[in-house]
Amino acid sequence: MPRTELHLTLFAADDDRRIAALAAAAVGLTLAEAAIPLPLPGVKPGLANIIGLAVLCRYGWSSAAWVTLLRVVAGALLLGTFLTPSFVLSLSGALLSLLCMGLAIRLYPRLLGPVGLSVLGAFAHMGAQLLVVNLWLMPAVSLLGLAPPFLTVAWITGLVNGLAAAWLIVAMADGRAGDE
Amino acid sequence: MCEGHPFARLRPLLGGIDWRLLMRPGDWLVMGASLAAVTALWLAGHGDVGDRVLIKHEGRVFLETSIRLNRLVEVPGPLGITRVEIRGGRVRVLSDPGPRQLCVRQGWIGPGEAALCLPNRVSVERGGIVYDSLSY
Repeated sequence: MPRTELHLTLFAADDDRRIAALAAAAVGLTLAEAAIPLPLPGVKPGLANIIGLAVLCRYGWSSAAWVTLLRVVAGALLLGTFLTPSFVLSLSGALLSLLCMGLAIRLYPRLLGPVGLSVLGAFAHMGAQLLVVNLWLMPAVSLLGLAPPFLTVAWITGLVNGLAAAWLIVAMADGRAGDE
Repeated sequence: MCEGHPFARLRPLLGGIDWRLLMRPGDWLVMGASLAAVTALWLAGHGDVGDRVLIKHEGRVFLETSIRLNRLVEVPGPLGITRVEIRGGRVRVLSDPGPRQLCVRQGWIGPGEAALCLPNRVSVERGGIVYDSLSY
């Protein structure tokens, strides 16, 4: 009786390898960020979005979506927050900021650079999180009065991350940092 | 070209990138607009953050609570129960057994205002920090 062997080969295209490498870098930043003590829940620098922004500007939206979603899921698995409220918060923030940044870069590809996209993304991220907390996690508390301080933080982190991403994009184009 | 610039000492690290080139026109626009929006939010919400609701019955404090905590408060008075609703950062008298319903028809109570349900001897005050000549 002839033995049948099943050969299963997965082909990893260059795109896949690049996405995996960039997602790994983003997960690294997520973990490093989780180690920083921060005064308030929900206030964090969002360093991983530097990678997301650089990928969005250089490789397009679908690559950025892959990198970001892989980062959110893998980061949550490593931190032990997968499927907890904190995972839902980070997923909803990531999705809305991806949508906003994708829309913005599609509408104004010449006008907007990483800094503007980053600020838009940070606002969307913070807005989605506040909305989820307000509607789902703590419906008994009206948090919208807390929007100004949170959005101020989002503006600052968005600016800093955007400048970092802009620098990263230039450095990647020069071949000095992390491209392949 | 970077000499004397605050980033000049970082030059070996940053590779002499001109930071002004990293910003596109739309970036300035987005940053300005979002900063204006946040400032407007701060100004609009000023004094709202520490807002308190004070419910009194027969002149005594029945309940003091935050306007950020949604809840329905039932205050028993001589005529029956006055219901006070706190929702979404606003407060109003939802129902009152009094005959003329003045405090119910008043609707949402503004900062520093009060609703009086006199027949049932219940008052609802929304205390922000409002300065006027009487406060001094």
